[in-house]
Amino acid sequence: MTIETVTHPATPETAASRRGFLSGLVRTVLSGTAVAILAGCETLASSGAANADTMADDARILNTALGAELEAIAAYQVGAESGLLSKGVLDVAVKFQGHHKEHADVLSKTVTKLGGVPVGPLASYDFPVDKLKSEADVLKFAAGLEKGAVSAYLGAVPLFGNRDLAKAAASILGDEAMHWAVLRGALGLDPVPGAFVS
Amino acid sequence: MTPFLPHRAVRADAAILVAALAQFPVTEVRAQSADGASVYDRCVACHALARNRTGPRHCGLAGRRAGSVPGFPYSTAMRASGIIWDRRTLDTFLAAPTRFLPGTSMGYDGIKNPTERKALVDWLMSRPPCG
Repeated sequence: MTIETVTHPATPETAASRRGFLSGLVRTVLSGTAVAILAGCETLASSGAANADTMADDARILNTALGAELEAIAAYQVGAESGLLSKGVLDVAVKFQGHHKEHADVLSKTVTKLGGVPVGPLASYDFPVDKLKSEADVLKFAAGLEKGAVSAYLGAVPLFGNRDLAKAAASILGDEAMHWAVLRGALGLDPVPGAFVS
Repeated sequence: MTPFLPHRAVRADAAILVAALAQFPVTEVRAQSADGASVYDRCVACHALARNRTGPRHCGLAGRRAGSVPGFPYSTAMRASGIIWDRRTLDTFLAAPTRFLPGTSMGYDGIKNPTERKALVDWLMSRPPCG
């Protein structure tokens, strides 16, 4: 797991500012319910344009994304149960976990609609819990996953045969990018380090 | 306060730049150089060096037969590919995974920038064996 360097070491002051930063966000960050993926998929089964190969390819891409979302849910659970998170940070972590649950739910349903079999959560996940010693460690861990998720969805968007699915994946990408920015801000890093993501 | 009005030549240059950018993938705008560890950040939603996740672990990748990490549920396509991972095969795969190996579970468009891809391949090939 690659974890970015924290440029501002955690101090009581930065921890307090982190809590303030996040407690505001928990009230204002958009919920993840805007994803229109299911609306787009209602037509999939009857679409003349959607052939079996395309649907299978799309289902395969979505299933990989689903596996990563399920892991993210478990990772946030580890963070939430670590006892390392202050109240404001914990609230945000639970909120972000809820977004990932929404993503996973819609991805799972869509894979089924496409005729695939959605993957389930693993029996256990091998997270680097021995390296999580502080709130900042948990935030860095989560930020790394969110950054990776942005890249994963960015790499998936061009591959979908169905453009509704590409649009839905881009919507999830936007949510992951907001998570990443919030977590970077909480760590004292520039929330938006560049004009492009990759 | 005088509003900022770009000189006509500057505006023309900007228009040319916008048109030029539209011709190339976003990654071409960046990365005249790259380091593999940073490029690998794009992989960490699914991969890790030391452990299987949504994707298989990457330690010991050099010289490994594709689809051979014990306990990882590979796609049929990957298991049957016969690929041995070296700089050439990895570079080709990472440029366009689903085109190189239809049926792969790696639903990722690829690392299009050759400089970034080479940095990533060099970095992956130089990772130590699995502990």
